[in-house]
Amino acid sequence: MSPWLALAIWLLVVATIIPVMGMAIGYAEMKISAHMQSRIGPYFAGGRFGWAQLIADGVKFFQKEDLVPENADRPVFKMAPVLVMVGTVGLFVVIPFGPGLTPQNLDLGIFYALAISSVGTIGVLMAGWSSGNKYSLMGGLRAAGQLIAYELPLVLAVVGVVILAGTMSLDGIVQAQISWFSEAGWGLGMPFVIVQAVGLAVFFIASLAELSRIPFDMPIAESELVMGYLTEYSGFRFLFFFLAEFANMFTLSAIAATLFLGGYWVPGVPDSILQFVGPLVLLGKIALFIFVSIWLRWTFPRFREDQLQTLAWKWLVPISLANIIVTGILKVVI
Amino acid sequence: MGFEDWVAEPLNWVFLAVALATTVSGFRVVTSPNVVHAALFLVAALAGTAAIFLLLAAEFLAWVLVLVYIGAVIVLFLFGIMITRAPTGRDEAEVDHQRRLPAVLVSAALFALLLWGLLSQWGDTTLDRITAGTPTSVLAEGLLGRFVFPFEVVGFVLLAALVGGITIARRDLSPAEEKERESP
Repeated sequence: MSPWLALAIWLLVVATIIPVMGMAIGYAEMKISAHMQSRIGPYFAGGRFGWAQLIADGVKFFQKEDLVPENADRPVFKMAPVLVMVGTVGLFVVIPFGPGLTPQNLDLGIFYALAISSVGTIGVLMAGWSSGNKYSLMGGLRAAGQLIAYELPLVLAVVGVVILAGTMSLDGIVQAQISWFSEAGWGLGMPFVIVQAVGLAVFFIASLAELSRIPFDMPIAESELVMGYLTEYSGFRFLFFFLAEFANMFTLSAIAATLFLGGYWVPGVPDSILQFVGPLVLLGKIALFIFVSIWLRWTFPRFREDQLQTLAWKWLVPISLANIIVTGILKVVI
Repeated sequence: MGFEDWVAEPLNWVFLAVALATTVSGFRVVTSPNVVHAALFLVAALAGTAAIFLLLAAEFLAWVLVLVYIGAVIVLFLFGIMITRAPTGRDEAEVDHQRRLPAVLVSAALFALLLWGLLSQWGDTTLDRITAGTPTSVLAEGLLGRFVFPFEVVGFVLLAALVGGITIARRDLSPAEEKERESP
């Protein structure tokens, strides 16, 4: 297959996955939260179960006027959602969906993923500042403070897995989990969550904070800041932020599943079958993470700003550093 | 390499586009009247530099540039600018500087020095085509093997800078305040 054809196919896949996954996660969020609160949730759209609710919402967003406030810095205001999307779409490049189904198996895999996802922070700051609005600016500042604070534990939590696997390539990390006990000849692998449960916990908490989801949603706290850096956005630019958030949930969950739960792999299934089942298995593991994050969202109240910073700097960073030291010692001893 | 060879190679065109964009944004960093715009152009310039590293197959360096500079340093820049003063539109405060001539002299001298260093070291050398980047494991072995001592020294200097920064930023409490903090 020519590289251009492959590129076109992958672009098409990503361009389909992002809106479809965004809508699926949005629908799941509506339904799950509704059932947690003894409501029914979307019901009429699409005939049954309200399955077309998010499609209707999408159409609604496209009809809205694309407003730019008078005081806004126009070029920066318009660029911001695009930059946020870049950080999200870039992540799809390295996720292994199955054996041989990685769009681009980079040697630097996870490092690339962390680097490209940090670009979104600039987009958020741009959105907050360029709106020419105090609430937006406060939201943008809070977002930046939060994203910087939680990027550190996010990176450090990954280091444990990288030490165990001995590679940064995401494909290599999955292979390392598959062949962990291969010397013993048991034919069984080991998902890294067994020895890296602490790493997974830190990674998951930090990724919730990176996504600014409740209990970490201070940047868009409705009761204090209207909608934070999103206040002035309308129409399809708002939709861009919205889709980027849900797609980011998808990609970060995919990375967590790959690092800690073995990605596309299920024990005892040969590669020839995994090639077709792999993406579905990965999707199942992603769904698990997404369900937990929705569950947490509708369970916990919002943190206070200082509690947020305390959690990041006084708890998560030291814990992840200790995790690295212990993992390093174990790696040398075993 | 003749002109026709140059045109026939698509990578050259990519390089030209990236290099032009980087230079223009680098220029705009110092000329734009708004500080936030200047910082954003710096993002573009750094992204262009990362792209050039990618063209040279120096993947690790490119993504370090993105993670550390775009993802952290510029974010802190913007954070600092926005938390102090951040008017949209034209910034009233004068960003311009009086001492333009010394600045020009210093930059010209620095450029000349770099040029001289590069030319005297690699003047006539032609590089072979770079087909593959260095695997990260080789880089790691270099950093933690042969160059472990300079690597640790750099780490030590950074740590000292960090401690120094905290010491400068920290304000000692007056005795009254200290008493207040102890008895909540």
